[in-house]
Amino acid sequence: MNAIIKDPSASLVPFKARLDAVTDPARRAALGALHRVGLPDRRVEAWKYTGLRFLNETAFATAPQEIDRVKARAELERLGLTLGEAASLPRLVFVNGRYAADLSVEPENVDLTFFSKMQAFGSLSSPDRDALTALNAALATDGVQLTVPAGIDAGRLLLVSLGQAADPISFHPRHSVTLENGANLSLLCVQSGEGRYLHNPVMELSVADNARLQHLTIQTEGDDAACLATLYAQIEEHGSYDSFVLGLGAALSRHEVHARLNAAHAQVHVNGAQRLQGRQLGDVTSVITHAAPDCNSRQTVRNVLDGQSRGVFQGKVLVERIAQKTDGYQMNQALLLSETAEIDAKPELEIYADDVKCSHGATVGALDDEQMFYLRSRGVPEAEARQILIHAFLAEALGLIPDELAQTIATRIMELRFPVTGEA
Amino acid sequence: MPAVTETREAVEKLGQSSYKWGFETEIDMDLAPKGLNEDTIRLISARKEEPEWLLEWRLSAFKAWQQMTEPTWAKVKYPPIDYQDAHYYAAPKKKPGPKSLEEVDPELLRTYEKLGIPLHEQAMLAGVELPEGETARPPVAVDAVFDSVSVVTTFRKTLEEAGVIFCPISEAVKDHPDLVRKYLGTVVPAGDNFFAALNSAAFTDGSFVFVPKGVRCPMELSTYFRINARNTGQFERTLIVVEDGASVSYLEGCTAPMRDENQLHAAVVELVAMEDASIKYSTVQNWYPGDENGRGGIYNFVTKRGACRGARSKISWTQVETGSAITWKYPSCILQGEGSVGEFYSVAVTNNHQQADTGTKMIHIGRNTRSTIIAKTISAGQSDSTYRGLVRVLPKAYGARNFTQCDSLLIGDRCGAHTVPYIENRNMGARIEHEATTSKISEDQLFYCRQRGLSEEDAVGLIVNGFCRDVLKELPMEFAVEAQKLLQISLEGSVG
Repeated sequence: MNAIIKDPSASLVPFKARLDAVTDPARRAALGALHRVGLPDRRVEAWKYTGLRFLNETAFATAPQEIDRVKARAELERLGLTLGEAASLPRLVFVNGRYAADLSVEPENVDLTFFSKMQAFGSLSSPDRDALTALNAALATDGVQLTVPAGIDAGRLLLVSLGQAADPISFHPRHSVTLENGANLSLLCVQSGEGRYLHNPVMELSVADNARLQHLTIQTEGDDAACLATLYAQIEEHGSYDSFVLGLGAALSRHEVHARLNAAHAQVHVNGAQRLQGRQLGDVTSVITHAAPDCNSRQTVRNVLDGQSRGVFQGKVLVERIAQKTDGYQMNQALLLSETAEIDAKPELEIYADDVKCSHGATVGALDDEQMFYLRSRGVPEAEARQILIHAFLAEALGLIPDELAQTIATRIMELRFPVTGEA
Repeated sequence: MPAVTETREAVEKLGQSSYKWGFETEIDMDLAPKGLNEDTIRLISARKEEPEWLLEWRLSAFKAWQQMTEPTWAKVKYPPIDYQDAHYYAAPKKKPGPKSLEEVDPELLRTYEKLGIPLHEQAMLAGVELPEGETARPPVAVDAVFDSVSVVTTFRKTLEEAGVIFCPISEAVKDHPDLVRKYLGTVVPAGDNFFAALNSAAFTDGSFVFVPKGVRCPMELSTYFRINARNTGQFERTLIVVEDGASVSYLEGCTAPMRDENQLHAAVVELVAMEDASIKYSTVQNWYPGDENGRGGIYNFVTKRGACRGARSKISWTQVETGSAITWKYPSCILQGEGSVGEFYSVAVTNNHQQADTGTKMIHIGRNTRSTIIAKTISAGQSDSTYRGLVRVLPKAYGARNFTQCDSLLIGDRCGAHTVPYIENRNMGARIEHEATTSKISEDQLFYCRQRGLSEEDAVGLIVNGFCRDVLKELPMEFAVEAQKLLQISLEGSVG
C-alpha cells in the first residue's frame, strides 16, 4: 500500500527519547525501517480496521527495574496458575518484560537462555515490513530463547507476562522457541497486568521435521493496556504448529500470526476466540503461507462482542505456485450481543497453485431466537439462557485446544472475567 | 448487442483463439486535441451544446480530479498511464441535419452489421430476414455508442408511447434537463473516486433511461459501446432512473479493435430505483483483452453504483467479464429503502495476461434490506483474477441479510485466483454469511466427459459453463447463449 504518511516519525513521538538512545547497529537497522514508514495508520491496508491512536496519547517510558513481587505472586494465584496440576508446571515469569527468576521454575530437558544475556534477533521476523516488529527490535530488552532438542518431549511450559504500570510504560519482549527434529512442546502463554502499558512482544517459532508445537495464548491484559503481539512461525516437513489465542483483555489488542509452511506435509492451526465488552478493540490477524506442496492449514476464530466493542478478523491464506495439493480451511464467526458492537472481517485467499482445495466462510449474527425460545420455554431465565448460548458458542471454539489442561486453564481464566452466573 | 443477433454458427466460425471483434473502421473522425485540461472540457461541453450548469459541474469534477491520486489498492499491475496522451473527444464526422439512419455513415452501419447489432428496426420488427432454424426474438431497443458519441437509438417511438425515455445522455441534457440535473451525480458524486472524477469531467456520451411511475418497460433496453479510434479514451456515462412501481431490464455490451497500445475506458453508471421499482442491469464485457503476450488491450476502470432509494426497490447486477487487459470494477448497491434488495451475479474469466479485480459493494442502510452475491472467477493462462467485495451493515439496518458465495476455478498452474471479502457489521440483528472456495477442474469430471467422446477443450467448456450456471441463468435469454459461447472462446488454448 502506498499510503502517504506525511511525517512517519510523528507517529514515533511516544517512544522518541528511547529510540534516539538506540546505538546497537542491528537495532539501528530496524529503526531505519521504522523511521521510514512510521507506525501504521488506518490508511495502511493491513491496519484498515485497527487504529493505533492509543499510542499517540501518551509517552511510554521504560519500565522501572523494581517490581512488586507480592502483587505478582497474588496475580499468579488469581489466575489459578498455582492451583492443582497447573501449580506443578515449569514456568517462566516475566514482569514488565523482564525475566523474574525468583517467580519462575525453569524447565528441564530444554536449552534455555535469555535475550538479555545473548541478544539474538532470529531470521523469521520481518522488521522491514512490520512496523511493530521493528519497534520491538529497537527496544527489546529481554525474552526467552528456548530450544527443545531433537526427539525430546518437553511436556508443558508456562510463559507468563505480567504488567505493573504506575506511569505509562512499554515493554517489548523478544522470544524465540525452536523445536528440533521430532521434538514436542505444549506452550501456555498467559498475559495479564494492570495500569496503562503497551505490551509489544515478538515471538519466533521454529518447528523442525516431525516436531509438534502446541501453543495457547491467553490474553487477559489490564483494561487500560494495549497488547500488540506479532508471531512468526515456520514449520518444516511433517511438523505441526497448533495454536490458539483467547483474547479477553486490553483496551486495544492485536494478535498477528505469520505462519509459513515450509516443507511438504507440514500442518498449521491458527485458531482463536475473542470475548470483548465495553470499548475494547480486539484484532486477530493472520497470514498463512503455503510454500510447499501437500500442506494443510486450519483456522477457526470466534468472536463474542458486547457493549461498544469491536472485533476485527483478518485472515489471509497465501498459496504459492509450488504448493500443489494444499488443503486450506478458514472460518470466522461472530456473535453480536449489543446494538453498538461491531465486527469487521476480511478473510482473504491468494492462490497461485491450481491443484488446491481452499475454502473460507464467515458468519455474523445475533443470538438465535429459536434457541433462546427453546431455553425460555423450559423455564430458563433470559439472562441465564443468554449465558448458556454464549458459553456454548465459545466452548466449541475452546474445544479446538488440543491440550486438555490448557483448555481447562483457558476456560477458568475466561470465567474470571465473565462469571457464568450473576451477569445480566 | 452482439448477444442479440449473434448466432451460434457465427461464433463457431471462429477458427483459433482470436478476438473476432478486433477490426478497425475507417471513418472520418472529429478529434479533440490530445490531453485533458479546462479547454478540452469546454470544447466537449460546447460540442455537446451543454447548459452552463453542466459545464460548471464538469469543471469542478476536473478540479477535484487534479487533487486526487490514482488508487493502488487493487491487485492489478500496469505501467503509469499518461492521461495527457489521449484524445478525450472523438466522434464520427457527421453532416448536420436530421438524425435518421440514412444519414449515418454507411461505413459505420457496416461496422455495426459486422458486430451483429440490429440498428434496422424494420428488419427486426418484420422478423423475416432471420436465417432458417432460428426463432424470432423479442425486439430490443439499442443505443449504439461509437467512441464518444451515440450514433443511433432504435425503437424510440414505441418506447415513447409507453412513456419511457431512452436516448443518448447528451440529448437528454437538452430535452430533459431537469431530470438529468436532478439525478446526475447523486449516486456517484463527481469526486467519488479518481476514475469517476475523470469521467465526470470528460464524459462524452452514454445512455439515459427514465421509466415513469408504474410503467413496465415494454422491451429490453440495450447499449452497445465500441471504442474505435486510436489514442482515445472512452468515458461514457449512463443514468437510469426508475420511478415508483416501474421496472426495466437493461443490457450493455462492448468491444474494441485489436491494438498494441492500451486504451482507457472509464465509465460511470448510476442507477436510481424508487419505491417498488426494479432495475436489472446486465453486462457482457468483451473489450479487447490484449494478445497472448499481454500486449495491448483495454483498461476497464469503471464505477457502477445503484441506489435503492425507495422501499422494496430492487437492483440486480449481472455481469460476464471476459474482456479487457485490466478490469477494475465493483458494481454496488446502496440499500437505503426499507426491504430493498441488491443482487450481484458475476462471472469473471481471465486468460493469457489479463488481470481482473472485480466484485461488489452492498451497503445496508435500511431495515430488512437483503443482498445476494454470487461470484464465479475463472483464471487461466498467466492471468490474475481477484474477487473483492464489501458487505457493510450500518447500525439502523435491523434484520439485514446477506449471503455471499465466491467460487474460483484455476486452469493451469501459472495463474492466480484471489478472494478478498470485507465484512463490516454494526448491527446485531443482521445476518451475514460468506463462503468461498477455490479449486481446479476435477479429474473425475474431465474423465467422465472425455470418456463420452468430448474433446478436452469441449469438456472444459462444458464444466466451466456448469460452474457458472448460477450466474448465467440470471442473464436475459439471448445474452445467456452468447455468454456461454464467449466463455468457451475466452478459455480457448488454456488447456492441453
